[in-house]
Amino acid sequence: MIEFKNIQKKFGKQHVLHGIDLKFNQPGIFAILGPNGSGKTTLIKSLMGMVHPTGGQILIDGQIKQGNEYRNNIAYLPQIARFPENLSVNEFLDFIENIRGKATRKVELMTAFGVNEFADKKLRALSGGMRQKVNLVSALMYDTQTIVLDEPTIGLDPVALIALKDWIRKEQGAGKTILLTTHIMDIVEELADEIVFLLDGKVYYRGSQQELLQKTNTPSTEHAIAQLLTLKKAS
Amino acid sequence: MIKVFKYCFLDLIRSRWTIVYLLFFILTCGGLLYLSGDSAKVVVSLMNVVILLVPLISMIYGMMYMYQVRDYVEILLAQPISRKSIFGGYVLGLSAALSVSVALGILIPLAFYDAPQIMSAQWLMLTAISILLTVIFSILASWLVLANENRLKGFGLGLFIWLLLAVIYDGIFLVTLIALEGFPIERLALSLTLLNPVDMGRVLLIFQLDYSALMGYTGAVFEKFFGTLSGSLIIGGAYLLWISIPLGFLLRKARKKDF
Ligand SMILES: Nc1ncnc2c1ncn2[C@@H]1O[C@H](COP(=O)(O)OP(=O)(O)O)[C@@H](O)[C@H]1O
Ligand SMILES: [Mg+2]
Repeated sequence: MIEFKNIQKKFGKQHVLHGIDLKFNQPGIFAILGPNGSGKTTLIKSLMGMVHPTGGQILIDGQIKQGNEYRNNIAYLPQIARFPENLSVNEFLDFIENIRGKATRKVELMTAFGVNEFADKKLRALSGGMRQKVNLVSALMYDTQTIVLDEPTIGLDPVALIALKDWIRKEQGAGKTILLTTHIMDIVEELADEIVFLLDGKVYYRGSQQELLQKTNTPSTEHAIAQLLTLKKAS
Repeated sequence: MIKVFKYCFLDLIRSRWTIVYLLFFILTCGGLLYLSGDSAKVVVSLMNVVILLVPLISMIYGMMYMYQVRDYVEILLAQPISRKSIFGGYVLGLSAALSVSVALGILIPLAFYDAPQIMSAQWLMLTAISILLTVIFSILASWLVLANENRLKGFGLGLFIWLLLAVIYDGIFLVTLIALEGFPIERLALSLTLLNPVDMGRVLLIFQLDYSALMGYTGAVFEKFFGTLSGSLIIGGAYLLWISIPLGFLLRKARKKDF
């Protein structure tokens, strides 16, 4: 279980998160949405301990988050795929395994995303989409209760996109808690059990897709989100 | 920490630039030994090379490497290990790899030229000072990288620190000594030396080589100081501070930083 309690974050004078309260205490897929710069990545990084919130608390299974061990139970896909460029894909994955321990699902994931085909290539020689596939393998290769994906679809070809959706559904079936941010509404419509909409550093909406459609009186999540955004602009 | 250290060390040891660095010292040291034949003179020439170049290369190469690390460090931060072990491991790996290059670059030619001399005080001192300067400037470089997201500013500051400690400081030092000529300034001179790890290295070597006479009365005071046990302890302490204070800054920055 993951709980954000009144999370505040300021970068210098810029107030990015204004008291986020969110609780994820059941399995399922939670889509964290919001315009660019609304603080989705910042919120996720607070959970990962990469960003230090200026206020509030994060609870993991009811305990205030501390130390580093809790990350054993979280798989995290960074928004931007960056690697030690002079390593080959295989060497890089070995490097991660050397630090974190044997990954149980590496082979399966490499096959699913077609990473085998370029496993001996240097990371610096990979295209954006290939890098994102490596990013996915390195993030998902550990079997964790919580999975956090920051814009996982960027650069993926249709085949990889299907593989990713299948993987996420499989994990959903296995009772995992999956947080994901994306700007692709198809993914949200297809996968999300719940939607969290961030705006101006606050949780603007949280609930199921049906509720959102009823509330906004729109035919699709895409329209609903667009409406939330235009309402915001008008106000 | 050990795992990150091992990775970083092996990564750097295999790097082309580290090998170039090693070859440079092998060629310089070997060349000087075979051309001059006077090992004390070679130590002095090498000292001048070491004192300018080791801080410069450690700083620039260290910053280049650590900016690369900074680029992908998110992937490590997502693992269940502490920031201290990540950045501690890198700084240790960087210092170790560069130290090994310099030390081998000096000692390999010497071993071929006259192996028993490896154990002589002057060569040991030269090697020790090269390693100390490597460690200090590697730590400074890593700290600057974490403290400056703006690379241009980071490199600018790094070069400035090098210029200050390895080049300008000496000038200021001399001007001060000349301006205050006639006053009992030995203590001041001593303190000024202890404030700069590069100068400290130079002075230690000069006294190891018995060139102190060249420095007149001040030299005599220095020699007295460096000869005593408390003098050695103070120098050891000064180097320890030059390592631990920047390391403290670095680890503090690593702990507080948002990535
Ligand atoms: N390390 C940082 N330093 C300063 N500002 C930052 C930093 N990280 C994010 N920001 C700022 O915080 C805001 C939110 O960014 P982010 O969380 O990445 O948004 P999102 O992921 O929703 O697009 C942006 O305005 C961004 O410029
Ligand atoms: Mg983002």
